[in-house]
Amino acid sequence: MKVLVPVKRVVDANVKVRVKADNTNVDTANLKMALNPFCEIAVEEAVRLKEAGSATEVVVVSIGAKAVQEQLRTSMALGADRAIHVQTDEELVPLSIAKILKAVQEKEQADLVIFGKQSIDGDNNQTGQMLAALTQMPQATFASELKLSADGAEVTREVDGGLQTLKMPLPAVVTADLRLNEPRYASLPNIMKAKRKPLETLSIDDLGVSLKAHQTIVKVTPPAERQAGIMVSSVAELVEKLKNEAKVI
Amino acid sequence: MAILVLAEHDNASLKLDTAKVVSAATAIGGDVHVLVAGSACAAAVTAAQALTGVSKVLVADAAAYEAQMAENLSELVLKLAGDYDYVVAAATSVGKDTLPRVAALLDVAQISEVIEVVSADTFVRPIYAGSALATVQSLDDTKVLTVRTSAFDAVGNEGSAEAVAVDFVAEAKTVFVSQTLTESERPELGSAGVIVSGGRGMGSGENFAILEALADKMTAAVGASRAAVDAGFVPNDLQVGQTGKIVAPDLYIAVGISGAIQHLAGMKDSKVIVAINKDPEAPIFQVADYGLEADLFDAIPELTNLL
Repeated sequence: MKVLVPVKRVVDANVKVRVKADNTNVDTANLKMALNPFCEIAVEEAVRLKEAGSATEVVVVSIGAKAVQEQLRTSMALGADRAIHVQTDEELVPLSIAKILKAVQEKEQADLVIFGKQSIDGDNNQTGQMLAALTQMPQATFASELKLSADGAEVTREVDGGLQTLKMPLPAVVTADLRLNEPRYASLPNIMKAKRKPLETLSIDDLGVSLKAHQTIVKVTPPAERQAGIMVSSVAELVEKLKNEAKVI
Repeated sequence: MAILVLAEHDNASLKLDTAKVVSAATAIGGDVHVLVAGSACAAAVTAAQALTGVSKVLVADAAAYEAQMAENLSELVLKLAGDYDYVVAAATSVGKDTLPRVAALLDVAQISEVIEVVSADTFVRPIYAGSALATVQSLDDTKVLTVRTSAFDAVGNEGSAEAVAVDFVAEAKTVFVSQTLTESERPELGSAGVIVSGGRGMGSGENFAILEALADKMTAAVGASRAAVDAGFVPNDLQVGQTGKIVAPDLYIAVGISGAIQHLAGMKDSKVIVAINKDPEAPIFQVADYGLEADLFDAIPELTNLL
């Protein structure tokens, strides 16, 4: 069984981004970059499936400029077997990413595609669902538990108000939520080994995908800053302020 | 222009989120229809008919839609979408699961988590956990949007829309197995006027009992930071933050929460924020209207007693 894991390079979760002075975008120059945390969970899940003997091969794919190869190497250091880099310098909307991934999936014929549920830069939460729709695969988003059996996948999902369990035949799309697993740290020998694992580079043309423009970014602005309030010295003072000043209780 | 709103409901009742999405739809302007897809969902339909500004309620009542699974729900919405310029849903677990499928099948982009309608084709949405706001103009013929409901006020209940049955039943390969919803007498995070949230400083799941006592006194919902969820203190459905629930209550009380960017992303639009933390350097104090530097194990019981 083959598992395909699409991954994204994003600004590190601990870095606070700032908006460019000309309001065209956020300024990501010289910021620390990382594998999107939810993608990391997706890679970990795929590697665990391989270690458990359920999966035979874990393939990671990323779409973007040459720099994304760094995150593909990270994914291979975590245990993925090989990587595909689809080269483009354009910033693409999730639908375009899903169309490219559809072409990759047609080539790879993976039995399971595991995504992170969202990237922490765009916060779109769309790509996995879109690939599932384009390839007519069933989907289980926001997964907190994944079990494979002879007749498919049983996935427990984090939904508003609790947990929901669904069962579906393969091939299927699963998107990882926070509690699916705790990703490992890559060991130094594995980081070295990852450098020699195969990494194939393709262009969007190679895959025969044609894309179109769907939206324009009019501007990117900083949110209204919240002013820090006051410190109170006691619980009694807090209650008094909430009652008489803020009037919320 | 015609706008199709996917109702947020649990078959037994319509969620307040729907009234907020209708509010966003009204801001776009046009004929607003609501689709209630579920099973034995008559009460939700009646509630949707009463929403101010809704002219028609489409009802797809079939066993296949009981669990509101994205796979067949998206087929149903797609079937109806031809008559609409907009398809809009709340950015809830059902909306986030379903609408990207609809958008992909329509070959249009989706604009997620809209917090402001600028014009008929231009919308504002937060990116980078709310560290920036993007104003996005859609070039697509059909606009597919999810709405961050905390950014919109609910419409009233002065409507009397007609209800029209939709016969189309889409089957799914996905099979519903089970659901375990957290049983709680407290209000839901998304609609509570007051939220009491705990972080890593709570120390354990058992210690959340003192927050629950406070919440019960205030008729508040209980929330948690990602750190508290990660530590296994409480289930994930309590999580407030970038990857959890986005809330904007009248009063948000953050207890033992340091204030990581991703938590602030989920609550910084609350009207009044109170932070109780023993670390005077905690970043949460920078966004709090009222900060109290104190040991929460002393302060919370005292607060509960004083209310």
